[in-house]
Amino acid sequence: MAPPVSNMTDATQTGPVLSADGTPLKRSLQKALFRQKMRALALIAPLLIFVLVTFILPIGDMLFRSVENQIVSATIPRTVVALETWDADSGESPGEEVYAAFYWDMAEAVEAKTHTRLGGRLNYEMTGLSSLFRKTGRGVSDIGEFYMDQLADLNDEWEEGAFLADALGAESWVSAATDAAANDVTAPAFVLRDGVADALPLTAHIYSRFAAQTLAEKDSPLEEDPWEAVYTALYQDLISNPNAASAVSPAAANLFTDAAAAVPNFENIGFKEQFIDIDKDWDDPEAWQTIQAYSSAYTAGYFLAAMDLMNTPDGIARVDEDERIYIRLFGRTIFMSLLITGTCILLGYPIAYLLSNLKVRHANLLMILVLLPFWTSLLVRTSAWKVLLQQQGVINDLLVWVGLVADDSRLQLINNQLGTVIAMTHILLPFMILPLFSVMKTIPPSYVRAAKSLGATNWTAFWRVYFPQSVPGIGAGSILVFILAIGYYITPELVGGTSGVFISNRIAYHISTSLNWGLAAALGAMLLVLVLALYWIYDKMVGIDNVKLG
Amino acid sequence: MKLVKTLIGATSALALSASALTAQDMTIVSWGGAYSASQQNAYHDPYMAANPDITIINDESSPEAVAKLRAMNEAGNITWDLVDVEAADAIRLCDEGLAMEVDHDDVLAAAPDGTSASDDFGDMIISDCFIPQIVFSTTFGYRTDQVPAGVEPPTGACDVFDLETYPGKRGLNKNPIANLEWALLCDGVAYEDVYDVLETEEGQDRAFAKLDTIKDEVIWWSASAEPIQWLADGEVFMASAYNGRLFAAIVEQNQPIGMAWDWQMFDLDGWVIPAGLPEDRLARVMDYLFFATDTQRLADQAKYISYGPARTSSAPLVSTHAELGIEMAPHMPTDPNNAENTFVNNYNWWADYRDDLDAKFQAWLAQ
Repeated sequence: MAPPVSNMTDATQTGPVLSADGTPLKRSLQKALFRQKMRALALIAPLLIFVLVTFILPIGDMLFRSVENQIVSATIPRTVVALETWDADSGESPGEEVYAAFYWDMAEAVEAKTHTRLGGRLNYEMTGLSSLFRKTGRGVSDIGEFYMDQLADLNDEWEEGAFLADALGAESWVSAATDAAANDVTAPAFVLRDGVADALPLTAHIYSRFAAQTLAEKDSPLEEDPWEAVYTALYQDLISNPNAASAVSPAAANLFTDAAAAVPNFENIGFKEQFIDIDKDWDDPEAWQTIQAYSSAYTAGYFLAAMDLMNTPDGIARVDEDERIYIRLFGRTIFMSLLITGTCILLGYPIAYLLSNLKVRHANLLMILVLLPFWTSLLVRTSAWKVLLQQQGVINDLLVWVGLVADDSRLQLINNQLGTVIAMTHILLPFMILPLFSVMKTIPPSYVRAAKSLGATNWTAFWRVYFPQSVPGIGAGSILVFILAIGYYITPELVGGTSGVFISNRIAYHISTSLNWGLAAALGAMLLVLVLALYWIYDKMVGIDNVKLG
Repeated sequence: MKLVKTLIGATSALALSASALTAQDMTIVSWGGAYSASQQNAYHDPYMAANPDITIINDESSPEAVAKLRAMNEAGNITWDLVDVEAADAIRLCDEGLAMEVDHDDVLAAAPDGTSASDDFGDMIISDCFIPQIVFSTTFGYRTDQVPAGVEPPTGACDVFDLETYPGKRGLNKNPIANLEWALLCDGVAYEDVYDVLETEEGQDRAFAKLDTIKDEVIWWSASAEPIQWLADGEVFMASAYNGRLFAAIVEQNQPIGMAWDWQMFDLDGWVIPAGLPEDRLARVMDYLFFATDTQRLADQAKYISYGPARTSSAPLVSTHAELGIEMAPHMPTDPNNAENTFVNNYNWWADYRDDLDAKFQAWLAQ
């Protein structure tokens, strides 16, 4: 727009138009607009931040759980690596090195109390792993004890926390920790003695973990009994490095020399045998297959489960017929939500029509009748329906009294799909009536009068002239009702019995009872996608521009 | 959508209770209703009388305790000090690292005769995190006025499956626990074998086949008040329900309901301490726990609600109802007359099989 303006102001000026302060008009206009935009943004910023923090982020975080699976690789990292080379189809349980890796992982996991959590996670995929991990957690300390006892047979000193702390800790740390104990304060962070990490690598690692956790609990490694796994590590290290005694403190060197000489004669049982001894299920390749299949940081497992599918060694397969529920529930949720939307249109349309055509005084009264239930608590209304619909309820009593129904064959109106449809139609009806009403209010009565004066019958005038103009209201009401219905939870739970429950009831179960948040998130994500997809289809078919809320 | 609600609910509850928390408040989470009232009378009031500087805040969130504790743990802000949960939830919370492990002999009072706490509670300690409080049972109530003429009234679980003698609707809990065990027990499986049988595919099919015989007559409840309301309205002839609620309907509200105790399922309720409490709050909780779980306090609770105390040493001290003055012992699930045939929910077994059987149960219901 700049050139014509410049022609009009000053014929001699050729450059861009300048504003009063000498900057080009375009830029200063942009600046002003930008400032205006920023001001508008600042005004809505509180809302925007609020929605982001309380709505978008929690939803995103929750949906992320549907694929997140870091717990396996975080809890048993060495096992995950060791299992990579194992052939799951071999039909044989893995070799000793996997069990060894698993032992070190479990030893740490048990002390951190994370092994049962992992068991719970894996139990979603294979029944029985929950108690297997719990049982194994109790059993792993026995493995360490086995070596601890043999060392203690050589010399009782081995069982003393102070002895090992002194042998493995740096001299400066030992004296600082001793001082700290005398003054009743927490010792400083543990420091290994120089050379211990090279001479006794396993021991150094596991003992450092023990010391760190003990200090975190405000205890002193000088006083606490070391983890049993430390002794397993000592046994392994002393076998592979008989000269390790030179690395430990001079006071402990003698005992280490003696032990190094004695360990080759110790009784030794392989890790594999020890684990199978704890539970024979560890000999079963199936448990290892499950761990291997779910060891990656991200998994499609929850989404598969949400679609009644599962991962098998032969690829993705459907779960057993007697365990398929989710697809059926999704189907039912959509079908019943559509049905409820339909009944809402049927019931709501005449009411909205009446509301918009009555005299204001009567319309207001009718409006209050619509709004009163809308303002009543959802639970109260649902409970009221129970009283009305049950077999010994008001409606059945009336029917029996009138003689329409025999006393011994009272109608089943609740605890089935019919109950859910009745109660939810009633609850969602205002969401249909209100948008319909506000659209109908804007339809000028003169159109219908004009149609009639041109010879249309009542029906033609309504169907050809009035109804098409009210369609945007139906659209808005339908979207509202359908989307609300698809996520409904408490009403189906209370009046739906077994055949009238929705997918949200299973989501609630997995959130609050089974704690399988991954599956709940997957089901929720699918529900969200479903709603968006239906919205898209609706937009393609009807056009979202045709929706009016007033 | 539900997830978000839960999350937002949890966070707002967090914010609310966090702001309400002062130095000497202790937030105790329980089930609400008559049960919380019994705890208030038997534990909280006497404790606050003895420790005037402590205020106990009741939170009625036990039904959502597991999910909320996890949300709190992830947010790193534990606002609850002590939580009352069912045994199965306690195991789950313990496995998840959301509840604190305790040494029962260290933190709980010994019995008056010197028996250690762990011996006094005995088998009731089903998890290292769980401090048992009461024994309740899922048992059966029936309409006394609907028993067919000339027939003995029902006595227990197996009468539920006997549609010929006792026609009419049944109310059962909409979850596999207890129902599958009852189905097998009443199909002739010996009590010792129930869980072994249920572990097998054939055993599960057998249990569902038995339930199939009454499926058309069953209404399934999910809230524990429902079966009581159905019985009171005559909507069902027989229903499984918690014995304390049946007691309230029969004795306190004079409904025409009878008890059928045979093969009642024992279940436990007790305390767990949320993991990660700061030291000062933990010390207060420990002090309260020591007081509230001693022999006398557990026996006192039975004055207000018909749940049996979890300590062996409390049983002889159970006396009369605080308001009605009737003897409470005959209404206890643990009374020998009621406990001829009982079984205890095998929590560890269910921890493994719950996911699997729940899917099967839901699929069976949907058929």
